[in-house]
This record gives sequence, structure tokens and C-alpha cells, in this order.
Amino acid sequence: MSIPTASSNASLRAFLHGLPGVDRVGADARAAGLGTRSIKTTAKRQAIDLAISMVDLTTLEGADTRGKVRAMCAKAVHPDPTDPTVPKVAAVCVYPDLVAEARDVVGSSGVKVASVATAFPSGRSSLEVKVADTAMAVAAGADEIDMVIDRGAFLSGDYVKVFEEIQAIKAACGEAHLKVILETGELATYDNVRRASWLAMLAGGDFIKTSTGKVQPAATLPVTLVMLEAVRDFRDREGRMVGVKPAGGIRTTKDAIKMLVLVNETAGPDWLDPDWFRLGASSVLNDLLMQRQKLTTGRYAGPDYFTLD
Amino acid sequence: MIFEYAPAPESREVVDIRPSYGLFINGEFVDGSGTPFKTVNPASEETLAEVATATEADVDRAVQAARKAFGVWSALPGSERAKYLFRIARIIQERARELAVLESLDNGKPIKESRDVDLPLVAAHFFYYAGWADKLQYAGYGTTPLGVAGQVIPWNFPLLMLAWKIAPALACGNTVVLKPAETTPLTALLFAEICQQADLPPGVVNIVTGAGDTGAAVVGHPDVDKVAFTGSTEVGRLIARAVAGTTKKVTLELGGKAANIVFDDAAIDQAVEGIVTGIFFNQGHVCCAGSRLLVQESVAEELLSSLKRRLSTLRLGDPLDKNTDIGAINSAAQLAKIRELSEAGEAEGASRWSPACALPEKGFWFPPTVFTGVSQSHRIAREEIFGPVLSVLTFRTPAEAVEKANNTPYGLSAGVWTEKASRMLWMANRLRAGVVWSNTFNKFDPTSPFGGYKESGYGREGGRHGLEAYLKEIS
Repeated sequence: MSIPTASSNASLRAFLHGLPGVDRVGADARAAGLGTRSIKTTAKRQAIDLAISMVDLTTLEGADTRGKVRAMCAKAVHPDPTDPTVPKVAAVCVYPDLVAEARDVVGSSGVKVASVATAFPSGRSSLEVKVADTAMAVAAGADEIDMVIDRGAFLSGDYVKVFEEIQAIKAACGEAHLKVILETGELATYDNVRRASWLAMLAGGDFIKTSTGKVQPAATLPVTLVMLEAVRDFRDREGRMVGVKPAGGIRTTKDAIKMLVLVNETAGPDWLDPDWFRLGASSVLNDLLMQRQKLTTGRYAGPDYFTLD
Repeated sequence: MIFEYAPAPESREVVDIRPSYGLFINGEFVDGSGTPFKTVNPASEETLAEVATATEADVDRAVQAARKAFGVWSALPGSERAKYLFRIARIIQERARELAVLESLDNGKPIKESRDVDLPLVAAHFFYYAGWADKLQYAGYGTTPLGVAGQVIPWNFPLLMLAWKIAPALACGNTVVLKPAETTPLTALLFAEICQQADLPPGVVNIVTGAGDTGAAVVGHPDVDKVAFTGSTEVGRLIARAVAGTTKKVTLELGGKAANIVFDDAAIDQAVEGIVTGIFFNQGHVCCAGSRLLVQESVAEELLSSLKRRLSTLRLGDPLDKNTDIGAINSAAQLAKIRELSEAGEAEGASRWSPACALPEKGFWFPPTVFTGVSQSHRIAREEIFGPVLSVLTFRTPAEAVEKANNTPYGLSAGVWTEKASRMLWMANRLRAGVVWSNTFNKFDPTSPFGGYKESGYGREGGRHGLEAYLKEIS
């Protein structure tokens, strides 16, 4: 099957609906099966450090303030002030108006600044507004843009609209990396998740991301599995690697490790890198730190030994 | 980045293996009269225990005990028999970890399978048939038990096959003499302890261990009313001969060479999983294994490359490691048979492929193997290999798929992969197989009847239908 030109909904539809279907029962069973992998001792240690280095530490609340963002960014650079061997996280993720604040704190630490954009989380605005939103975040110093797709357009079959919007936002990103949020909880079927993944990749997304975190279900294991299969197949066909970011609902070290197992055995070890896999989360970081310390000391410290930011 | 999973072995301390085991007759462990044999861990070749051999005289004692117990057991109200079965089911759940570890040690299957598949199904079978015990009048097969059932089971699912045999027999009011396979007797003997723990009346369940002679004695005993056998078609024939002309009722669940049929519109990633489950589950030691992959030629190349990539992630090794996908081959004899047929496959011109896969030095091991370019006329497309070996054939049209799938002396199971429901039903109506799995494979449930066409045997086990084999026909 040749890659379509995005000239018409008919050609995009023919391509996307020509992709192999996803059997829900089978996909759920495979994800659950991988979820039973037992990651212990040295492997757990490796997985925890890798997971920390993949976290996109996120705050996306109406109540966010400069103070809140600064505190979170400080934590992103030094997740555990008592232990310098803890890696820094991959990025912080904030609303566009707080990008400059985040940029200021993370500086040249290597922690990236990601900003949501495009009328996040609903995506219900005009393309002009979405482009302006993106441009504003990039101008303020964002390294990465997390855009949302127009789910209404997708569900009504207007694939061209979704495609062109992603292209336009990609253009507005300039040097910044583009993560495309599919909001899989609203797409409902795994077939749709696979199609939306391909649409986002064809349109030029650098990453595909499950969710805004504002809709349930968010980053489930089977949805992440389907997206990992999509990036794997896309590289086979197009030769370009696209990253994956599950976001929302990843709360424990166990959740995070299951995700890494999924990456390892689906897309493969090439994706086991913060450049290609991210965990959109906030509370998981302290659990990772707690488990890490437990592996080192053999004891669990109380929650007050980990900072709340 | 290489993410190497550290060893995650399940502790074998949870199970206490005795140095030697006797026969379980009339509620007690007694010595056997034959020469004891050793049962080994196929993953290490270490001897696990010495087990008694039941001679004809021992089998006779067991049948007599069962006959005596039949009077008491069949006279109990169904609701009372149900209590015992429920109790056994609960004890199995409580001791599941112990049973799973023992099963993996004696059989070689990965702990994740004995823990997540075998043991839950074993308990489910006892729960399910416990539920039937006081409802037999609604099943449509009468309510009169047959008497003493002589049951001979294989080594591939030792405890699960025991459950398939014992649970319906007891629910219907029969008593049993069961012979486990000589390479995997240990969980049956632990089950005997569970019968004691459950205060099951003596003689209702008797376990006699030994090799083929013991099995022949069980099957041939004149006071056995019912013979139930799961195993090879070859032995099934011997049994059919032995009971011919007697009044014994027989069910046979024999071999298979199932087709797993993948259409070009299938959900490919899940079909790949289904192929893996179909043939590499339990090292392919599954009578209903999907050992013949029939793939529509238009997607054959794509599917095979996905399959090969997936097989490269399989983890072969220590059966007790929780991350092991492929365990050990059950015995040296079975390994020799798998090797022989695989060599025949190569000699006949099929191309052989296995993922890079280091085999442990000790024990019996065979890597997951795929043969492509297989024709219907090759031995590996005809004979049951009973190992982790997949033969890949192609087809062009649904009619051709049906023709090839049915063109085998066996007929135990089949799998169909298509997203098109009308084609699924069209296929299911035409496939001559006892089970047709739709977009899945090797799924078992106590409520679902299981059994074969043609040389795969006769009679059904499981579900309401499974009761029929243990009740007198309504005249």
C-alpha cells in the first residue's frame, strides 16, 4: 500500500482504513501478558533510572502559578536533593504562558521545556488561534510542543482537516519538536488509535502521545501497545522513527516499568531512550524515587522524605 | 538501550517433594508391587522422586476400592458430592502456588503458564462440575452414574487433564482409578493428598502410577465400566481395540494437526500473537496446537516477518523463572521425536528457521522453529510433532483454506483470523474440527465442550456435554 497524498478525505480514508485492524480482546490480552513480566534487582534499578530520565514532569492546571512552575522545574533538574546520582527528568510540561518561567529555571540543565498548545485540552478553536498559541510558546523558549488533534474532525471523517492542522502546527514549531496528542480516550476504539497514530506520523509529528490527562481512560497499556506497534511499522515503511508518550494515569513504579517492558518487547530497544519514549506524569516521580531508594538502602522511607513540589 | 531482565525465579521451597511416592488406593498411600521408576526435572535432568509402579494386582486392588466406594459415593445426594468437589476446588486454589511450582518442575512448562493457565483452569473445572452435581436432572443425560471409571492421562497438562477427567466423573457419582503419565506423576500424587485433606471418602479417587503396562491394566480391567483416555492416536487405537466387544463406555481425546488460518484482512498483530499462542504455548505439547499455519498468500510475507520479529522476543530457559516463555521439552524421548520430524522437514525441502536462542546445556530443549515452504505432502504438514515447530503453508481463497485445513486425518481444533464476521461463520461451518477458535487460539473454559473429529478421537469433555460420558444412557 502506498503512502497517500493528503489531497482528499477519500485517499486518506482509503489508506487509514486499509491498515490492519486491531482486535480488542487480543490487544488487551497481549498488554496484560506483558504486564506480568517480573522486573527485579538489577533490571529494576536500570528500569527506574531509565523511567526517571523519561518523565515529562507536568503541571497543567488552571491554578498554576509562576511559583508552582518554578518549584516543579527545580525538582525536574534535581529530583532527589539528597542523591546526586538520580538522573534528571526529560522535560517539564506547562501551559504556554508559563514557558518563560520554566525556561528560566531549567536553563541549560538539559531538561527540556515542553508546552501544550493548540487550545489544549479540547482543541476547539480556529487554526489561526492554534498556530498563534504554538508560536507564542515557541517564542517563549519551548523546546517541544504538545498539540492536540481535532477529535471532532477525526471522528467525523475529516482526516484532511486533522492532517493539515498537524502540518501547520509543525511548521509553526520551527526547531521545536512536535508531540501530537491523540486523546485516545475520546477516539474510543483501538482501530481509531491506530489510524490516528498513522495520520499524525504522516503529517510530520515527531512524537505521538496518548492523552491530555484530562480525559479518562488515558494511557492504558493496550493503547500504548497499539501506538508502539504503529511507530514500529511506520519506521519499517518510511524509515523515520517517531517517539511515543503515554500520559495520564501512570502513577506507580510498577505502571512505569510495565510501560518500559511494552516498549522493549514491541517497538524494541531503540525506543528505550528519552529521545523516543516519554512518560507524561507527575506523581510517578516520587514513587520512582522511593523505590530507587529502597533498592539502595533496603528500606522504604516515609513520604515526607521526598519533596512535594 | 539493552534492557536485560534479571533472573526472577519462583521459589521451589513452597513445595515439599518426598523422596519416594507410593500408590494412592482406598484413601491411603501404599507400596506398589512393580519396580519403582524415577521422575526427572526435564529442565535439569535431576531426579525429583522415585515413584511406585502399579502392577496388574495393584490396579485390581485400586479397582476393587473404587467399586466398594461407588456404593457409598453414588448414593450420596448430588448436593453432598458437590460439597466435596467445592472443597477440593478451594484447596486447589489455596495450594495453587505449590501445585504450579511442582507442575513446572515435573513437566518443564514455564511457571507463568502453570500459574496463570493450568492452575486457574484446574480449580475452575472442579468448581464448574461441583455446580452440576445436584443439577444432573436438568442436563438431559439422565442421572445414573456408570460405576468405576478407568482414566489414563498424558504428560502435557498433568493436573489439568486430571481435573478434566476426575471432576465430571465424581460429579456424576462415579469413582475413579486414574493413571497419570509416567514422566509427570507428581501433581496427581499431590492431588491425592488434597483428596485426603478434603476428607473425600476412601476409594472414590485412586491414583495408580506406572508406564504403559499399568495403563493397559486399568483399561483392560473387567470391572471398569468406563474408559477415558487422553493421549496419542496410536495408544488410542490400542485402547479402542482392548475395549471392543465389552460394555465399557469409551471417550478418547487424541492427537491433532490443527490449522490456524489467517486471512489478509486479519488483525495482523493479534494474529501473530495467536500463532505464537497456538504453537509455542506449552512448548507445543498441546494436542489442539495450531501446528499448521495457513496464511493467505497476499499477506504471507508481511505476516512471516512480523512473526519472526515476535519470535525473537521469546525467552527460553528456566521454567521456574517468571519471565520464561518457552520451557523444557518434557522428555528425552519426546525431544528425539521432535528432532526426527524436524530433520525430515528439512530433508523434504522445507526451509527451517529459528530465532537466535541459546539452549541450556543440561535438560531437554528445542528452540522455537518455523518451517516455511511446506506442502501438504510433507510429513511435517501431516504428522503431529507435539513440539514448538510450526509448519507454514499458504492458500489463495477461503475454499482452498477449508480444503487444506480439513485435509488431515485429525480434526481436533482450528483457528480463523479475519475481521469479517460473515467469512468467520462461513469458515466455522465448514471446518471439521471439534473446536474452532475465532480470532483467538488455545482458549479453554470448563463450560465449553472439547473433543475431536476423525482420528482426534470421540466423545466430548467439558461443559454440559462432558457429563454425558459419565452417565448411563437414558433408555
